Amino acid sequence: MAEIKTAEIKVPPLKKLTNYPEKLAPGHRLCAGCGASIIIRQMYMVANALGYELIIANATGCVEVCTSIYPYTSWRSPWIHNAFENAAATISGVEAAYKALKRKGKLPTDKKVKFVALGGDGGTYDIGFQSLSGALERGHDFIYVCYDNEAYMNTGIQRSSATPKYANTTTQPVGSESLGKPQHKKWMPEVAAAHGIPYVAQVAPSHWKDFMEKFKKALLTEGPSYINAFAVCPRGWRSKEEEGILVTKMAVETNYWPLFEVENGKWRITHRPKNPKPIEEYLRLQGRFKHLFKPGNEDKIKELQEEVNRRWDWLNKMEEISNREE
Amino acid sequence: MRPELIKEVKYVPYSGNMAAAEAMRQINPDVVAAYPITPQTELMQFFADFVANGLVDTEYIPVESEHSAMSACVGAAAAGSRAMTATAGPGLAYMWEILGIASGMRLPIVMTVVNRALSAPINIHGDQSDMMGARDQGWIQIFSENAEEQYDNLIQAIKIAEDERTRLPVMVGMDGFVISHSIERVRLLPDKAVEEFIGEPKLMYPLLDVDNPVTHGPVAMTDSYMEFKRQQREAMMNAYKVIREVGEAFEEAFGRKYEHIETYKTEDADYILIIIGSTAGTAKFVIDKLRDEKGIKVGLIKIRTYRPFPYYDVMDAIEASNCKAVGVFDRAETFGAVGGPLYSDVATAMYLRNKHYPIVSFIYGLGGRDTNVYHIEEAVDKVMQAAAGKEVPFINYLNLKE
Repeated sequence: MAEIKTAEIKVPPLKKLTNYPEKLAPGHRLCAGCGASIIIRQMYMVANALGYELIIANATGCVEVCTSIYPYTSWRSPWIHNAFENAAATISGVEAAYKALKRKGKLPTDKKVKFVALGGDGGTYDIGFQSLSGALERGHDFIYVCYDNEAYMNTGIQRSSATPKYANTTTQPVGSESLGKPQHKKWMPEVAAAHGIPYVAQVAPSHWKDFMEKFKKALLTEGPSYINAFAVCPRGWRSKEEEGILVTKMAVETNYWPLFEVENGKWRITHRPKNPKPIEEYLRLQGRFKHLFKPGNEDKIKELQEEVNRRWDWLNKMEEISNREE
Repeated sequence: MRPELIKEVKYVPYSGNMAAAEAMRQINPDVVAAYPITPQTELMQFFADFVANGLVDTEYIPVESEHSAMSACVGAAAAGSRAMTATAGPGLAYMWEILGIASGMRLPIVMTVVNRALSAPINIHGDQSDMMGARDQGWIQIFSENAEEQYDNLIQAIKIAEDERTRLPVMVGMDGFVISHSIERVRLLPDKAVEEFIGEPKLMYPLLDVDNPVTHGPVAMTDSYMEFKRQQREAMMNAYKVIREVGEAFEEAFGRKYEHIETYKTEDADYILIIIGSTAGTAKFVIDKLRDEKGIKVGLIKIRTYRPFPYYDVMDAIEASNCKAVGVFDRAETFGAVGGPLYSDVATAMYLRNKHYPIVSFIYGLGGRDTNVYHIEEAVDKVMQAAAGKEVPFINYLNLKE
């Protein structure tokens, strides 16, 4: 695979980034404190700075319904919505059309463009999984961005395979016989990496420099990239709107949401909390885990801590193995 | 046909799949996204060969499912490119959700459907339940009787879909195996002539035009959804005219006549058969046989355009004949309804003209069941009984083991 020469290309400082025009117009209908809109704005900042026009295929979900209610649109950039489960297949078609028209000299633009498929965890981990896997395997030149808010938030907090164990959701609610979702979260970026694609990264908008560096790499990558972005959902997680970035930071600092990347098969943890905080500090900020703090459920919190440790250890091993000199 | 073209027409022994692939080669679409499924697989293989040997400029996406095939076509067409695909039976069923999106977004995608039965029980053979099941998804639906018609219809479909008055996707069906895999004579048109006939695609709001960004596929709430649907109906009504115009242009250019329906010996017919697809060919043989051997005057209306349904064309043909009774042949079931889907359309056509001819409904050929000459003769016999005022079963299955 071609080496990504990203070091020479720098993302400008924040002050300059804020001067670029917003491509996601204010006035969209996303909730106050929503993580997804922050993710999208950060994506556009990098794209603007590096001179790329993004062409987005958006899966059905919060972002889609909140930004495109006819006759209004929040998108000052080309954008298409097709269905819930096919953002990756849709962008495959757009990218193929681009290649065909470019070859025939019939493109309506000579600007640098990058294709982005954008979906929530429902459209990515679950119903759109096949479509995503197919597009990654075929090697289209696109970035798949999953804003992972860990349940079907658009329709009212139904569980997904991205929902963490013991979270309270409306389709696996907490009750006298239930502690919420019985299964752990799917390790989606790891699954994406297993496709052998050139670039995979997990990001959190609280750590925006890390985010931008990774989105830059994805932009400069030829072929498919997958980015898994932590998207706080105050409504679905029962967290405070003004604490969105705090919750996000805490997810990173407890190692619940490890920041890492897989670049041409080499795994790298991009942020190592000096003294990782216990998982309670992340869980406590959110009503969806409230029941775990009742007496008698201490072992459940311990179980979640063990899952955090298991994934962290696994990532460390992958980093070590994949970077070992032959 | 223009005389200079006559010499250039090639007579080839082609199957329906080969003819369809050849039409796609000549159309040279920008994007083809497809998934193999029996009996369409061969078509996709022929086209993949064209790609592998540089005979087309197409960006070919061998997707992981039919759902993604149609999804990618939606993306490609919205981007501003000419997109095509092909499928069959269960593949069309799997596309179903995206079929409505393609038509709702007014994207001129053209697709071959090699008509195949739907599961269960699983069956790979020909019937038309796939396209009948997709009937209300807003696509223009055209059926071919033979390989050459599939070829001609696909070429015309590009112009029909891309016309500014329609901007609707078109599916062109041919019966699985009987047409898709049978070798027949096909008269291929010169590449250049096909290219000239279809012309350059007209771009409308291409997604790739980043200087003029457009939002495709927005949410429409209760205040606007119905207006979108009403416009789709308008486009479909326009399609009736556009299909006829394109058929006339095709005849003028290449000398092969295409109308919404084809009539065969209806003018003096006492009994009219109405059929879609390959069995129309068998019916023509039966009509000649019965006329020669027994002097029974039977005629045929073959439906080429199924959506928009040519109600008046059908009635004009019936009323211009000596029709005493009609036999409607459906190669698809509509469980719990009267007759098959074509029956309902023919009955509606009569209602629109305030005419009440006896109709006998025949269900035939499901899952590739043979429909032979004597089965159609049997059907004609029932139509004659109905014409004579005798009681005949309302729905009749041809070649059913009972």
